[in-house]
Amino acid sequence: MDMMQRLAAMEDRLGPGGPAVLVVGALVAWAGIYVQLGPLADGVVALTPLDPASHNGAALRFFVYDAPKVLMLLVLVVFLMGIVRSFFSPERTRALLSGRAEGLGNVLAAGLGVLTPFCSCSAVPLFIGFVSAGVPLGVTFSFLIAAPMVNEVALGLLFGLVGWQVALAYLGFGLTIAILAGWTIGRLGLEAWLEDWVLALKTEATAAPAIDMTPRARIGAGIEAVREIVGKVWPWVLGGIAVGALIHGYVPQDTMVSVMGSEAWWSVPVAVLLGIPMYSGAAGIIPVIEALIGKGAAIGTVLAFMMSVIALSLPEMIILRRVLKPRLIAVFVAVVGAGILAVGYLFNALFG
Amino acid sequence: MDVKVLGSGCRNCLNTAEIITAKAAELGVPVTVEKVTDFAAIAGYGVMRTPGVVIDGKVVHAGGVPSADDVARWLTGA
Repeated sequence: MDMMQRLAAMEDRLGPGGPAVLVVGALVAWAGIYVQLGPLADGVVALTPLDPASHNGAALRFFVYDAPKVLMLLVLVVFLMGIVRSFFSPERTRALLSGRAEGLGNVLAAGLGVLTPFCSCSAVPLFIGFVSAGVPLGVTFSFLIAAPMVNEVALGLLFGLVGWQVALAYLGFGLTIAILAGWTIGRLGLEAWLEDWVLALKTEATAAPAIDMTPRARIGAGIEAVREIVGKVWPWVLGGIAVGALIHGYVPQDTMVSVMGSEAWWSVPVAVLLGIPMYSGAAGIIPVIEALIGKGAAIGTVLAFMMSVIALSLPEMIILRRVLKPRLIAVFVAVVGAGILAVGYLFNALFG
Repeated sequence: MDVKVLGSGCRNCLNTAEIITAKAAELGVPVTVEKVTDFAAIAGYGVMRTPGVVIDGKVVHAGGVPSADDVARWLTGA
Protein backbone atom coordinates (compact mmCIF):
# COMPACT_ATOMS: atom_id res chain seq x y z
CA MET A 1 0.00 0.00 0.00
CA ASP A 2 2.68 2.52 -1.00
CA MET A 3 -0.05 4.86 -2.19
CA MET A 4 -1.76 4.90 1.21
CA GLN A 5 1.60 5.54 2.83
CA ARG A 6 2.17 8.47 0.50
CA LEU A 7 -1.27 9.87 1.36
CA ALA A 8 -0.45 9.40 5.05
CA ALA A 9 2.88 11.22 4.63
CA MET A 10 1.02 14.06 2.96
CA GLU A 11 -1.38 14.24 5.88
CA ASP A 12 1.60 14.57 8.23
CA ARG A 13 3.00 17.42 6.22
CA LEU A 14 -0.15 19.35 5.36
CA GLY A 15 -2.32 18.55 8.37
CA PRO A 16 -5.51 16.46 8.40
CA GLY A 17 -6.94 18.36 5.42
CA GLY A 18 -3.89 17.57 3.28
CA PRO A 19 -5.35 14.89 1.01
CA ALA A 20 -8.52 16.95 0.47
CA VAL A 21 -6.42 20.02 -0.43
CA LEU A 22 -4.49 17.90 -2.89
CA VAL A 23 -7.68 16.55 -4.49
CA VAL A 24 -9.12 20.05 -4.92
CA GLY A 25 -5.82 21.22 -6.42
CA ALA A 26 -5.80 18.27 -8.81
CA LEU A 27 -9.41 19.00 -9.86
CA VAL A 28 -8.55 22.65 -10.61
CA ALA A 29 -5.50 21.59 -12.64
CA TRP A 30 -7.68 19.02 -14.43
CA ALA A 31 -10.23 21.69 -15.45
CA GLY A 32 -7.44 24.05 -16.54
CA ILE A 33 -5.92 21.51 -18.89
CA TYR A 34 -9.30 20.25 -20.10
CA VAL A 35 -10.49 23.62 -21.42
CA GLN A 36 -7.19 24.05 -23.31
CA LEU A 37 -7.40 20.72 -25.18
CA GLY A 38 -8.96 22.23 -28.32
CA PRO A 39 -6.27 24.89 -28.94
CA LEU A 40 -3.58 22.35 -27.99
CA ALA A 41 -4.85 19.90 -30.62
CA ASP A 42 -4.96 22.65 -33.26
CA GLY A 43 -1.37 23.51 -32.32
CA VAL A 44 -0.23 19.91 -32.73
CA VAL A 45 -1.88 19.63 -36.17
CA ALA A 46 -0.28 22.96 -37.18
CA LEU A 47 3.15 21.49 -36.36
CA THR A 48 2.66 18.82 -39.05
CA PRO A 49 2.75 19.53 -42.78
CA LEU A 50 -0.85 18.26 -43.05
CA ASP A 51 -3.63 20.53 -44.23
CA PRO A 52 -6.23 20.65 -41.39
CA ALA A 53 -8.99 20.45 -43.99
CA SER A 54 -7.61 17.28 -45.60
CA HIS A 55 -8.66 13.72 -44.67
CA ASN A 56 -5.36 13.06 -42.95
CA GLY A 57 -5.45 16.38 -41.13
CA ALA A 58 -9.04 15.82 -39.92
CA ALA A 59 -8.20 12.31 -38.72
CA LEU A 60 -5.11 13.52 -36.85
CA ARG A 61 -6.99 16.43 -35.26
CA PHE A 62 -9.73 14.03 -34.13
CA PHE A 63 -7.18 11.73 -32.51
CA VAL A 64 -4.98 14.32 -30.76
CA TYR A 65 -8.07 16.09 -29.43
CA ASP A 66 -10.18 13.11 -28.39
CA ALA A 67 -7.51 10.83 -26.94
CA PRO A 68 -6.47 13.13 -24.05
CA LYS A 69 -10.04 14.37 -23.63
CA VAL A 70 -11.50 10.88 -23.25
CA LEU A 71 -8.72 9.70 -20.94
CA MET A 72 -9.09 12.78 -18.73
CA LEU A 73 -12.85 12.33 -18.50
CA LEU A 74 -12.38 8.66 -17.68
CA VAL A 75 -9.95 9.44 -14.87
CA LEU A 76 -12.31 12.03 -13.38
CA VAL A 77 -15.48 9.94 -13.55
CA VAL A 78 -13.84 6.72 -12.35
CA PHE A 79 -12.16 8.57 -9.47
CA LEU A 80 -15.42 10.18 -8.29
CA MET A 81 -17.31 6.89 -8.70
CA GLY A 82 -14.60 5.09 -6.71
CA ILE A 83 -15.21 7.48 -3.82
CA VAL A 84 -19.01 7.15 -4.06
CA ARG A 85 -18.74 3.33 -4.18
CA SER A 86 -16.65 3.28 -1.00
CA PHE A 87 -19.93 4.03 0.80
CA PHE A 88 -21.57 0.86 -0.56
CA SER A 89 -20.93 -2.89 -0.42
CA PRO A 90 -22.81 -5.93 -1.76
CA GLU A 91 -23.49 -7.05 1.82
CA ARG A 92 -25.07 -3.75 2.74
CA THR A 93 -27.08 -3.66 -0.51
CA ARG A 94 -28.32 -7.18 0.14
CA ALA A 95 -29.46 -6.21 3.63
CA LEU A 96 -31.33 -3.24 2.11
CA LEU A 97 -33.05 -5.39 -0.52
CA SER A 98 -33.77 -8.51 1.50
CA GLY A 99 -37.50 -9.17 1.82
CA ARG A 100 -38.26 -5.97 -0.07
CA ALA A 101 -41.57 -5.95 -1.98
CA GLU A 102 -41.46 -5.87 -5.76
CA GLY A 103 -42.05 -2.56 -7.46
CA LEU A 104 -40.23 -0.27 -5.05
CA GLY A 105 -37.70 -3.07 -4.58
CA ASN A 106 -36.96 -3.09 -8.32
CA VAL A 107 -36.42 0.67 -8.35
CA LEU A 108 -34.12 0.51 -5.33
CA ALA A 109 -32.23 -2.47 -6.79
CA ALA A 110 -31.58 -0.71 -10.10
CA GLY A 111 -30.26 2.38 -8.32
CA LEU A 112 -28.08 0.33 -5.99
CA GLY A 113 -26.86 -1.66 -8.99
CA VAL A 114 -25.22 1.49 -10.27
CA LEU A 115 -23.68 2.47 -6.92
CA THR A 116 -22.54 -0.88 -5.51
CA PRO A 117 -19.05 -2.05 -6.45
CA PHE A 118 -19.55 -5.00 -8.75
CA CYS A 119 -17.33 -7.12 -10.94
CA SER A 120 -18.88 -9.35 -13.59
CA CYS A 121 -16.73 -12.25 -12.37
CA SER A 122 -18.66 -12.07 -9.08
CA ALA A 123 -22.07 -12.14 -10.79
CA VAL A 124 -22.88 -15.71 -9.81
CA PRO A 125 -21.83 -15.60 -6.13
CA LEU A 126 -23.69 -12.31 -5.85
CA PHE A 127 -26.79 -13.76 -7.49
CA ILE A 128 -26.77 -16.73 -5.12
CA GLY A 129 -26.06 -14.50 -2.14
CA PHE A 130 -29.04 -12.30 -2.95
CA VAL A 131 -31.58 -15.00 -3.81
CA SER A 132 -30.67 -17.30 -0.94
CA ALA A 133 -31.03 -14.43 1.54
CA GLY A 134 -34.59 -13.67 0.47
CA VAL A 135 -34.11 -10.94 -2.12
CA PRO A 136 -36.93 -11.59 -4.63
CA LEU A 137 -35.78 -13.01 -7.98
CA GLY A 138 -37.10 -10.06 -10.01
CA VAL A 139 -35.44 -7.55 -7.67
CA THR A 140 -32.16 -9.46 -7.99
CA PHE A 141 -32.45 -9.23 -11.78
CA SER A 142 -33.03 -5.49 -11.63
CA PHE A 143 -29.73 -5.21 -9.76
CA LEU A 144 -27.89 -7.56 -12.13
CA ILE A 145 -29.10 -5.73 -15.24
CA ALA A 146 -28.42 -2.20 -13.97
CA ALA A 147 -24.95 -2.97 -12.63
CA PRO A 148 -23.15 -3.56 -15.94
CA MET A 149 -25.43 -1.49 -18.16
CA VAL A 150 -25.36 1.86 -16.39
CA ASN A 151 -21.67 1.99 -15.65
CA GLU A 152 -19.58 5.03 -14.92
CA VAL A 153 -17.33 4.53 -17.93
CA ALA A 154 -20.25 4.53 -20.38
CA LEU A 155 -21.93 7.46 -18.69
CA GLY A 156 -18.82 9.63 -18.41
CA LEU A 157 -17.79 9.04 -21.99
CA LEU A 158 -21.27 9.65 -23.41
CA PHE A 159 -21.38 12.86 -21.42
CA GLY A 160 -18.03 14.05 -22.72
CA LEU A 161 -18.24 12.89 -26.30
CA VAL A 162 -21.87 13.00 -27.36
CA GLY A 163 -23.50 15.45 -24.97
CA TRP A 164 -25.26 15.61 -21.62
CA GLN A 165 -28.74 15.10 -23.11
CA VAL A 166 -27.80 11.72 -24.49
CA ALA A 167 -25.92 10.77 -21.31
CA LEU A 168 -28.92 11.61 -19.13
CA ALA A 169 -31.30 9.81 -21.47
CA TYR A 170 -28.99 6.78 -21.38
CA LEU A 171 -29.00 6.80 -17.57
CA GLY A 172 -32.80 7.14 -17.48
CA PHE A 173 -33.52 4.45 -20.03
CA GLY A 174 -30.86 2.09 -18.65
CA LEU A 175 -32.47 2.28 -15.20
CA THR A 176 -35.95 1.91 -16.73
CA ILE A 177 -34.97 -1.26 -18.59
CA ALA A 178 -33.45 -2.71 -15.41
CA ILE A 179 -36.54 -1.87 -13.36
CA LEU A 180 -39.12 -3.08 -15.89
CA ALA A 181 -37.21 -6.19 -16.98
CA GLY A 182 -36.65 -7.23 -13.34
CA TRP A 183 -40.25 -6.50 -12.48
CA THR A 184 -41.49 -8.55 -15.47
CA ILE A 185 -39.29 -11.50 -14.54
CA GLY A 186 -40.60 -11.25 -10.97
CA ARG A 187 -44.24 -11.19 -12.18
CA LEU A 188 -43.68 -14.32 -14.24
CA GLY A 189 -42.86 -16.29 -11.06
CA LEU A 190 -39.92 -18.18 -12.47
CA GLU A 191 -38.26 -19.26 -9.22
CA ALA A 192 -38.65 -22.89 -10.32
CA TRP A 193 -36.36 -22.20 -13.28
CA LEU A 194 -33.38 -21.68 -11.03
CA GLU A 195 -31.06 -24.62 -10.70
CA ASP A 196 -32.42 -26.77 -7.87
CA TRP A 197 -29.40 -26.46 -5.58
CA VAL A 198 -29.73 -22.67 -5.61
CA LEU A 199 -33.29 -22.93 -4.30
CA ALA A 200 -32.17 -25.27 -1.55
CA LEU A 201 -29.60 -22.79 -0.22
CA LYS A 202 -30.63 -20.47 2.56
CA THR A 203 -28.27 -17.90 3.94
CA GLU A 204 -28.73 -15.08 6.38
CA ALA A 205 -28.70 -11.51 5.20
CA THR A 206 -26.52 -10.87 8.19
CA ALA A 207 -26.27 -7.34 9.44
CA ALA A 208 -23.76 -5.91 7.03
CA PRO A 209 -20.50 -4.88 8.64
CA ALA A 210 -20.48 -1.10 8.89
CA ILE A 211 -18.19 0.49 6.33
CA ASP A 212 -16.00 2.65 8.49
CA MET A 213 -13.48 4.45 6.35
CA THR A 214 -11.53 7.63 6.87
CA PRO A 215 -11.79 10.33 4.18
CA ARG A 216 -8.19 9.47 3.36
CA ALA A 217 -9.11 5.85 2.72
CA ARG A 218 -12.01 6.89 0.48
CA ILE A 219 -9.73 9.10 -1.62
CA GLY A 220 -7.37 6.13 -1.73
CA ALA A 221 -10.27 3.99 -3.00
CA GLY A 222 -10.88 6.54 -5.77
CA ILE A 223 -7.21 6.48 -6.81
CA GLU A 224 -7.21 2.69 -6.66
CA ALA A 225 -10.30 2.58 -8.94
CA VAL A 226 -8.55 4.81 -11.48
CA ARG A 227 -5.44 2.67 -11.36
CA GLU A 228 -7.44 -0.51 -11.84
CA ILE A 229 -10.10 0.55 -14.39
CA VAL A 230 -8.33 3.22 -16.44
CA GLY A 231 -5.11 1.19 -16.18
CA LYS A 232 -6.97 -1.67 -17.83
CA VAL A 233 -9.11 0.06 -20.46
CA TRP A 234 -6.77 2.75 -21.82
CA PRO A 235 -5.38 0.68 -24.72
CA TRP A 236 -8.96 -0.12 -25.79
CA VAL A 237 -9.93 3.51 -25.55
CA LEU A 238 -6.96 4.62 -27.66
CA GLY A 239 -7.68 1.84 -30.18
CA GLY A 240 -11.32 2.88 -30.29
CA ILE A 241 -10.40 6.52 -30.88
CA ALA A 242 -7.96 5.53 -33.62
CA VAL A 243 -10.76 3.63 -35.39
CA GLY A 244 -13.01 6.61 -34.77
CA ALA A 245 -10.40 8.92 -36.31
CA LEU A 246 -10.22 6.76 -39.43
CA ILE A 247 -14.00 6.76 -39.80
CA HIS A 248 -13.97 10.48 -39.15
CA GLY A 249 -11.42 11.20 -41.84
CA TYR A 250 -12.24 8.68 -44.50
CA VAL A 251 -15.68 7.04 -44.47
CA PRO A 252 -18.03 9.07 -46.63
CA GLN A 253 -21.12 10.26 -44.82
CA ASP A 254 -23.57 8.80 -47.33
CA THR A 255 -22.41 5.22 -46.80
CA MET A 256 -22.90 5.39 -43.04
CA VAL A 257 -26.29 7.05 -43.24
CA SER A 258 -27.64 4.40 -45.60
CA VAL A 259 -26.33 1.60 -43.38
CA MET A 260 -27.13 2.96 -39.93
CA GLY A 261 -29.42 5.91 -40.54
CA SER A 262 -32.78 6.12 -38.80
CA GLU A 263 -34.73 5.41 -42.00
CA ALA A 264 -33.84 1.74 -41.93
CA TRP A 265 -36.41 0.16 -39.53
CA TRP A 266 -34.46 -3.10 -39.37
CA SER A 267 -31.26 -1.45 -38.24
CA VAL A 268 -32.21 -1.51 -34.53
CA PRO A 269 -32.86 -5.28 -34.27
CA VAL A 270 -29.77 -5.96 -36.36
CA ALA A 271 -27.69 -3.80 -34.01
CA VAL A 272 -29.00 -5.73 -30.99
CA LEU A 273 -28.27 -9.11 -32.59
CA LEU A 274 -24.77 -8.00 -33.61
CA GLY A 275 -24.10 -6.88 -30.04
CA ILE A 276 -24.86 -10.20 -28.30
CA PRO A 277 -21.75 -12.20 -29.26
CA MET A 278 -19.53 -9.17 -28.72
CA TYR A 279 -18.08 -8.63 -25.30
CA SER A 280 -16.42 -5.35 -24.61
CA GLY A 281 -16.34 -2.76 -21.94
CA ALA A 282 -18.15 0.45 -22.77
CA ALA A 283 -14.85 2.29 -23.04
CA GLY A 284 -13.62 0.56 -26.18
CA ILE A 285 -16.71 1.13 -28.30
CA ILE A 286 -17.80 4.61 -27.27
CA PRO A 287 -15.28 6.53 -29.39
CA VAL A 288 -16.40 4.45 -32.38
CA ILE A 289 -19.97 5.29 -31.48
CA GLU A 290 -19.20 8.98 -31.33
CA ALA A 291 -17.64 8.89 -34.78
CA LEU A 292 -20.61 6.89 -36.14
CA ILE A 293 -23.07 9.43 -34.77
CA GLY A 294 -20.96 12.26 -36.16
CA LYS A 295 -21.22 10.64 -39.56
CA GLY A 296 -25.01 10.42 -39.47
CA ALA A 297 -25.68 7.03 -37.91
CA ALA A 298 -28.95 7.11 -35.94
CA ILE A 299 -28.29 7.52 -32.24
CA GLY A 300 -30.93 5.00 -31.11
CA THR A 301 -29.44 2.33 -33.33
CA VAL A 302 -25.96 3.02 -32.03
CA LEU A 303 -27.08 3.03 -28.38
CA ALA A 304 -29.03 -0.21 -28.87
CA PHE A 305 -25.85 -1.75 -30.20
CA MET A 306 -23.89 -0.50 -27.21
CA MET A 307 -26.44 -1.67 -24.63
CA SER A 308 -26.59 -5.06 -26.30
CA VAL A 309 -22.82 -5.44 -26.24
CA ILE A 310 -22.70 -4.55 -22.54
CA ALA A 311 -25.88 -6.11 -21.09
CA LEU A 312 -26.44 -9.18 -23.29
CA SER A 313 -23.12 -10.90 -23.56
CA LEU A 314 -22.67 -14.53 -24.48
CA PRO A 315 -19.85 -15.13 -21.97
CA GLU A 316 -22.03 -13.80 -19.15
CA MET A 317 -24.88 -16.11 -20.17
CA ILE A 318 -22.53 -19.06 -20.05
CA ILE A 319 -21.57 -18.13 -16.49
CA LEU A 320 -25.20 -17.57 -15.47
CA ARG A 321 -26.05 -21.00 -16.87
CA ARG A 322 -24.43 -22.40 -13.70
CA VAL A 323 -27.36 -21.09 -11.64
CA LEU A 324 -30.21 -20.56 -14.14
CA LYS A 325 -31.98 -23.16 -16.23
CA PRO A 326 -31.81 -22.42 -19.98
CA ARG A 327 -35.47 -21.37 -20.03
CA LEU A 328 -34.79 -18.59 -17.53
CA ILE A 329 -31.78 -17.40 -19.52
CA ALA A 330 -34.01 -17.26 -22.61
CA VAL A 331 -36.58 -15.17 -20.72
CA PHE A 332 -33.80 -12.88 -19.46
CA VAL A 333 -32.47 -12.31 -22.99
CA ALA A 334 -35.97 -11.80 -24.41
CA VAL A 335 -37.06 -9.29 -21.76
CA VAL A 336 -33.83 -7.27 -21.77
CA GLY A 337 -33.61 -7.45 -25.57
CA ALA A 338 -37.17 -6.12 -25.91
CA GLY A 339 -36.27 -3.23 -23.61
CA ILE A 340 -33.19 -2.37 -25.65
CA LEU A 341 -35.22 -2.50 -28.88
CA ALA A 342 -37.73 -0.09 -27.36
CA VAL A 343 -34.94 2.29 -26.31
CA GLY A 344 -33.43 2.13 -29.80
CA TYR A 345 -36.65 3.07 -31.55
CA LEU A 346 -37.48 5.70 -28.93
CA PHE A 347 -34.08 7.39 -29.25
CA ASN A 348 -34.36 7.40 -33.02
CA ALA A 349 -37.77 9.02 -32.71
CA LEU A 350 -36.60 11.58 -30.11
CA PHE A 351 -33.16 12.53 -31.40
CA GLY A 352 -33.27 11.21 -34.98
CA MET B 1 -2.50 -23.65 8.21
CA ASP B 2 -5.45 -24.47 5.98
CA VAL B 3 -6.10 -21.82 3.33
CA LYS B 4 -8.97 -21.86 0.83
CA VAL B 5 -9.21 -19.44 -2.08
CA LEU B 6 -12.83 -19.03 -3.21
CA GLY B 7 -13.47 -18.11 -6.82
CA SER B 8 -14.57 -19.39 -10.18
CA GLY B 9 -11.01 -19.65 -11.50
CA CYS B 10 -10.71 -16.09 -12.75
CA ARG B 11 -7.30 -14.48 -13.07
CA ASN B 12 -7.64 -12.59 -9.78
CA CYS B 13 -8.35 -15.86 -7.96
CA LEU B 14 -5.23 -17.50 -9.40
CA ASN B 15 -3.16 -14.43 -8.50
CA THR B 16 -4.51 -14.52 -4.96
CA ALA B 17 -3.55 -18.17 -4.52
CA GLU B 18 -0.07 -17.45 -5.89
CA ILE B 19 0.48 -14.49 -3.56
CA ILE B 20 -0.51 -16.58 -0.54
CA THR B 21 1.72 -19.51 -1.55
CA ALA B 22 4.69 -17.22 -2.18
CA LYS B 23 4.22 -15.24 1.04
CA ALA B 24 3.89 -18.43 3.10
CA ALA B 25 7.11 -19.78 1.61
CA GLU B 26 8.84 -16.47 2.33
CA LEU B 27 7.66 -16.45 5.96
CA GLY B 28 8.27 -20.16 6.43
CA VAL B 29 4.65 -20.83 7.41
CA PRO B 30 3.47 -24.31 6.42
CA VAL B 31 0.19 -24.00 4.49
CA THR B 32 -2.08 -26.01 2.25
CA VAL B 33 -3.71 -23.77 -0.37
CA GLU B 34 -6.87 -25.15 -1.92
CA LYS B 35 -8.91 -23.48 -4.67
CA VAL B 36 -12.65 -23.75 -4.20
CA THR B 37 -14.46 -23.22 -7.51
CA ASP B 38 -17.83 -24.78 -6.71
CA PHE B 39 -20.42 -21.99 -6.51
CA ALA B 40 -22.53 -23.83 -3.94
CA ALA B 41 -19.50 -24.17 -1.67
CA ILE B 42 -18.57 -20.52 -2.18
CA ALA B 43 -22.12 -19.45 -1.36
CA GLY B 44 -21.93 -21.65 1.75
CA TYR B 45 -19.27 -19.32 3.13
CA GLY B 46 -21.58 -16.35 2.57
CA VAL B 47 -19.07 -14.77 0.19
CA MET B 48 -20.56 -12.56 -2.56
CA ARG B 49 -17.38 -11.12 -3.99
CA THR B 50 -14.57 -13.22 -5.37
CA PRO B 51 -11.81 -13.98 -4.80
CA GLY B 52 -12.53 -14.81 -1.18
CA VAL B 53 -9.98 -16.15 1.29
CA VAL B 54 -10.81 -18.59 4.10
CA ILE B 55 -8.17 -19.40 6.71
CA ASP B 56 -8.80 -22.28 9.10
CA GLY B 57 -12.52 -22.11 8.33
CA LYS B 58 -12.85 -18.35 8.83
CA VAL B 59 -13.55 -15.88 5.99
CA VAL B 60 -10.86 -13.18 6.18
CA HIS B 61 -11.28 -11.52 2.81
CA ALA B 62 -13.80 -11.06 -0.03
CA GLY B 63 -13.43 -9.15 -3.29
CA GLY B 64 -10.24 -8.24 -5.09
CA VAL B 65 -6.66 -9.45 -4.86
CA PRO B 66 -5.42 -8.98 -1.27
CA SER B 67 -2.25 -7.00 -0.63
CA ALA B 68 0.91 -8.84 0.38
CA ASP B 69 0.78 -7.05 3.74
CA ASP B 70 -2.71 -8.39 4.43
CA VAL B 71 -1.62 -11.90 3.50
CA ALA B 72 1.38 -11.67 5.84
CA ARG B 73 -0.93 -10.53 8.64
CA TRP B 74 -3.27 -13.51 8.14
CA LEU B 75 -0.43 -16.01 7.97
CA THR B 76 1.30 -14.78 11.10
CA GLY B 77 -2.00 -14.46 12.94
CA ALA B 78 -1.18 -10.86 13.85
